Amino acid sequence: MADYAWPPAGKRGLIGKSISRLDGPAKASGRAKYTYDVKLPETLYGKMVLSPYAHAKIVRIDTSEAEGMPGVRAVQPMKEPGQEVLWAGQEVVALAAETEDQAIDAARKVKIQYEPLPHFVMDTEPTAAGANTRKLAEQVDGNPDQGFGQAEVTHEGTYGSAVINHCCLEAHGQVAQWEGESLIVHASTQNVSGIGGELARGLKIPAGNVTILTPVMGGGFGSKFGGDTWGLACAQLAKKANRPVKMMLERDQEQIGAGSRPSIYAKVKVGAKKDGTLTAWASESWGTGGPQPSGNPNLPYVVRPPDRRRVHTAVLTNTGPARAWRAPNHPQMCLITMAALEDLAADLQMDPLQFFLKNLSFTDRPEVYRAELEKAAELVDWKRKWHPRGDKTPGPIKHGLGLSIHTWGGGGHPSTCNCTIHPDGSVEVSLGSQDLGTGTRTVIAIVAAETLGLPLESVKVNIGDSRYPPSGASGGSTTVGGVSSSTRRAATNALNELLAKVAPSLGMSPEQLEATGGRVQVRGDATKGMTWQQACAKLGTAPITATGQRVAGARDELISSGVGGAQMAEVTVDAETGVVRMEKLVAVQDCGLIVDVKTAESQVYGGCIMGVCYALYEEKIMDQQTGRCLNADMEFYKLAGIGDIGEIVVHMMTGPGYDERGVIGLGEPPVVSPGAAISNAVANAIGVRVPTIPLTPDRVLAALEKGGKG
Amino acid sequence: MSKRDEPRKEKRGLGRRDFVKLVSGTSAAVSAGVLTDADLLGAQTAARGKMSGPGAVPMALRVNGQQRQVTLEPRVTLLDVLRDSLNLTGAKKVCDRGTCGACTVIMDGKPIYSCTMLAIEAAMSGASIETIEGLVSEGELHVVSSAFVQNDAQQCGFCTPGFVMAAKAYIDAHPSPTYQQVQRSLGGNLCRCGTYMGVRRAVVEAAMKMKGGRS
Repeated sequence: MADYAWPPAGKRGLIGKSISRLDGPAKASGRAKYTYDVKLPETLYGKMVLSPYAHAKIVRIDTSEAEGMPGVRAVQPMKEPGQEVLWAGQEVVALAAETEDQAIDAARKVKIQYEPLPHFVMDTEPTAAGANTRKLAEQVDGNPDQGFGQAEVTHEGTYGSAVINHCCLEAHGQVAQWEGESLIVHASTQNVSGIGGELARGLKIPAGNVTILTPVMGGGFGSKFGGDTWGLACAQLAKKANRPVKMMLERDQEQIGAGSRPSIYAKVKVGAKKDGTLTAWASESWGTGGPQPSGNPNLPYVVRPPDRRRVHTAVLTNTGPARAWRAPNHPQMCLITMAALEDLAADLQMDPLQFFLKNLSFTDRPEVYRAELEKAAELVDWKRKWHPRGDKTPGPIKHGLGLSIHTWGGGGHPSTCNCTIHPDGSVEVSLGSQDLGTGTRTVIAIVAAETLGLPLESVKVNIGDSRYPPSGASGGSTTVGGVSSSTRRAATNALNELLAKVAPSLGMSPEQLEATGGRVQVRGDATKGMTWQQACAKLGTAPITATGQRVAGARDELISSGVGGAQMAEVTVDAETGVVRMEKLVAVQDCGLIVDVKTAESQVYGGCIMGVCYALYEEKIMDQQTGRCLNADMEFYKLAGIGDIGEIVVHMMTGPGYDERGVIGLGEPPVVSPGAAISNAVANAIGVRVPTIPLTPDRVLAALEKGGKG
Repeated sequence: MSKRDEPRKEKRGLGRRDFVKLVSGTSAAVSAGVLTDADLLGAQTAARGKMSGPGAVPMALRVNGQQRQVTLEPRVTLLDVLRDSLNLTGAKKVCDRGTCGACTVIMDGKPIYSCTMLAIEAAMSGASIETIEGLVSEGELHVVSSAFVQNDAQQCGFCTPGFVMAAKAYIDAHPSPTYQQVQRSLGGNLCRCGTYMGVRRAVVEAAMKMKGGRS
């Protein structure tokens, strides 16, 4: 059996170095062609007609006038009379026309008669939500009553995170093109190998007839796993018109219906002894993920005293459905837990850093968190800058520090890789995977080149095409584990075949050979061997293709799962205006063996910045009167700009204790803690808790006015 | 030859000058300080010979140093004509209403949001439009693009071309920006993946290299 293990630290030529992403030049020069940029000859433009009602029954759909509009080539109902729409913005009819403007004109002429039904769009407490709730069974661990009995101090508070959007810059959408009975879909998707089958089912054609192409894509964050109703409608329009159809969501539709993160709020009671040791936790949580229940939080988060009780109620609303949002549920659970714990520490008049260090035995990996908290404290200068709750400095500008810790699984999704070595020495690795901007393409090239002892540019990476061997969807930080394992295996297998061909000419056995520095040679002896090209020439005319597989759930020495991570935020708050300003966010993160330091650090920077966005600015605002979203755009749905994020300091935990764990995914963990760390920093600055994020000026001023009471 | 001396292209639509001329003819209304519907209709009728649309009309755009002829409805934006008619897809459509900067191009040296300018407006002004495709010379990456690559100032890359163009226009106008100035000055472009740290470093680095005479 082949040895697939990663090379030891001293023998890594590329793994663990800081390497620029391979598709960087194409992206930074505008050459990269995204789905939104695909323009096939004779392409029609698709648009959808959306429900203006948050909840209604469709009585009649009349498309006759629209069909007669200039340029219209196909009309496709997406709903039938008698069916209900469940949110304002749900798709009812799609049509395709020669130009985008003609399609918009025609969409206005579609007549749909609705019978409006009562709607509910607010994520209020369950008691105020009437019948729109689903209470889940209470979960009890240990003996919470006994735990609270042992508590010398208890703290009660309410904490929560508003509904936010994915806000992908490249809207959801696709270009669909038929060739006879086969369908080619250029799709902005996180799931190249997966959505073809879903579309085929809807179209009632064999799954093998559908090809998905996604060479690059403009952001997903968990919202682009499915073929989607618009994907199906786009293919149907293309079939009817016998022309390619491009249908990308408009920005308002993207914000309303293409993905949101559920809100989660909780009333928390937490108890501890006077020395700070936690004794018990109890929480009643609620939140909305749209028409279906979602977001059941497993509270408390990371720091889990054995005696605890939790119950969750889903509030059902007529809003666009939730989709997985980078680290599903974790940022919300993290905020609720870390805020409650820091409030308890404040009641105990303890430094929260000491309080957390004291309770690390209630986490899964106390030593990792200890090291990470200590490193973060050093980088933010906690010892010097931290003060007890409430900055007593005169004047309106208050300064504060806050901390948080988090976790994520990672692991590796199923992945199959083909590695082909050509007789001319060129190498290709092919996987039906996708690069969301995380650096997947670069990581694959690094692993293959490292394995074959070649420079990075010698390896051609083929991804973003469902005709390559299947790879999992990019979700849950499972891609880097999946593709690095399958690529390492495929490249090792291909190399072993090559060494077997070459060995006789060197009078050696294949096991005595290695590929390193662009040569195939006797292990440790550069004088006995040949160049890579000379070795490959021995293949004659037939290339080698070997397969490597990462099998779901199998033990895999190349990868692992489960990471920690600590973050500390430094803010200033203007107590007169309520404006929170980021000064610094320190992120200390482990993720096992890092393949590419540059893109890994970018993941952490990105997670932190996304975290600043949802901590301070992002919120999907609904109006109960009309049932509509009030900020389905990018001027009132706020993202942080380049000047809003303060300084971000990233420290990756590497070396012994981390590297030997193998590769672990990194996309999710760094986005989990910022909300909690920033909320804690604001509480430390102004002396009262702002219960809900985003920490907008109105919320900060309301909390100050209330003075922490209630 | 200064711009003023250039032979003016025939102007389409009801220009400000035409409007004033027409209005001064309807002296009664002007003296009353009120324009009636009939006055406006009269003004429009008088100008009809020069009105554009709603059907497609020919227009000429100066893009990346080339004159490009297109025939489009006057309602088409500059962004759409670049992307859909001229196959210059570097500028991206994201917010489509002048908020995010993904559609940034440079017009007569100034960065603009091409989603909020009509193509016909750009054509009539005779302005010189530079898109990210125009930055590549002889296949070599522009210094700003190259700095974005080196500093990993991009992830999904959808905001990147707009950011690069905004950064280039900024550096052209401010050759020696500090890190802090960059933070304050590039707020017109939004990124969702969170690449701002790399962008700050890239812009400062590119500015330093451009002073070295490469661009």
